[in-house]
Amino acid sequence: MPVQGNNIKDGKQVIFMALTVLEGSRAVAEAVRACRPDVVAAYPITPQTHIVQELANMNADGTLKSKHIEVESEFSAISAATGASAAGSRSYTASCSQGVALMHEVLFATAGMRLPVVMNIVNRALSAPINIWNDQQDSISERDAGWIQLYAETNQEAVDLTIQAFKIAEDKKVLLPIMVCLDGFFLSHTIEPVDMPEQKKVDKFLPKYRPDHAYLDPKRPMTQGPFAFPRPYAELRKDLSDTIDASKDIIKKVSKDFKKQFGRQMGDGLTESYNLKGKKTAIITLGSLGGTVKEASDREGDFGLLRIISFRPFPKKEIISALKGIETVIILEKDISLGASNGAIFDEVRSALYAEKDRPKIIGYVAGIGGTEVTVNDVIDVVKKSKKQKDGDIGWLMGND
Amino acid sequence: MIMVTIAGIIKKVGTTTKIKTGAWRTFIPTVTDKCKGCRICEPFCPDGCIKVNPKTKKAEIDYDFCKGCLICENECPFKAITSKMENK
Repeated sequence: MPVQGNNIKDGKQVIFMALTVLEGSRAVAEAVRACRPDVVAAYPITPQTHIVQELANMNADGTLKSKHIEVESEFSAISAATGASAAGSRSYTASCSQGVALMHEVLFATAGMRLPVVMNIVNRALSAPINIWNDQQDSISERDAGWIQLYAETNQEAVDLTIQAFKIAEDKKVLLPIMVCLDGFFLSHTIEPVDMPEQKKVDKFLPKYRPDHAYLDPKRPMTQGPFAFPRPYAELRKDLSDTIDASKDIIKKVSKDFKKQFGRQMGDGLTESYNLKGKKTAIITLGSLGGTVKEASDREGDFGLLRIISFRPFPKKEIISALKGIETVIILEKDISLGASNGAIFDEVRSALYAEKDRPKIIGYVAGIGGTEVTVNDVIDVVKKSKKQKDGDIGWLMGND
Repeated sequence: MIMVTIAGIIKKVGTTTKIKTGAWRTFIPTVTDKCKGCRICEPFCPDGCIKVNPKTKKAEIDYDFCKGCLICENECPFKAITSKMENK
């Protein structure tokens, strides 16, 4: 936020950008407050983070004028948020790991009913064994639910994506729920400087939600989520699939609009390339691991990064064009599709590149599962090793303990 | 395309009456002359499709919506309702 102050040397008045030093969860809560949600529904106990704790505090202080519903489980949290959205309000919830898994059934209904709920997922591992640390198994396991999934690299990006998410979700051409994912602990519990968007600018960027399709009005009755025979069911599911594919354009557009208003943009909204020009090796990853790869790329310099911001919709075209001329692709992902012996992103990237002439050698890594650390040196080692590996090789990075 | 609305949302009221669920029926109940018009069957029908005609004082079944659950046959104190397999 721009702040007025005095220059130390000559005492003249200057306007400078003030960064707020905030913990990730707190920063996201501030961003949610700026978006003025009508309803916040959340289950306040483990595996919850303090995003909703902060929102409850703001609600109690009167700085957040939303209806705060504390429910008895995550199943109820997403049900309440979905119901509130069906009644025509801007609704929000947040969850993690087991909580997201408990929401599974309702997630499909929220998307199928085309309700623009926004949910922050603080990515954490799924049981068993019990583990509270970061990986992305929770949200990636929900990839087929029809929700848009965006992954943040930094707390700043988590804030920016949360604000953009409401705008994308509520776009008349989209009307789909969105998960904004940030890595547990690496972002959620880490204190970073964040440029918090001004309320006035957020209000201008994100006008009040006025739905045409789903609302509660006794004078204009409607049936939402009706029963559908096989043929209409199939048609509506296809419509859902076409809509989430087409939402790529809106994600890009909102990302541009955000830049106009706030002066920041990550990639084109779908993917971000870093140091890729003229390189023969590219690393693909999601979320905070992007920062580690950027640092490694700056130190070693013979490889670049392609970070997937939007995993759903999957930016196939953008990935293909960004990887033109690349000979080796290394995928570092924090999930494992058990029984396929590799992660989900590996399969999708490989399938996207299958039809390409001179497709690159693709190597997959299951990295950072259950909070194991992936260091800059790990990334550099992986690139060195890749020179001797063949296409389709899978490895695990499991930290040092 | 059959559907035109987003998410299949229906903005008209009373559209359930357009789907003739009587087609689901396997057994068909019939009201015989033994009917005394006592109306006990009326509240038991889960689909509200058995009603006593005030003129004839006999129960009448709306076969467009009767699914053939035969609760009416079971509840009738005068054994006035009979049923058989419906051959369609």
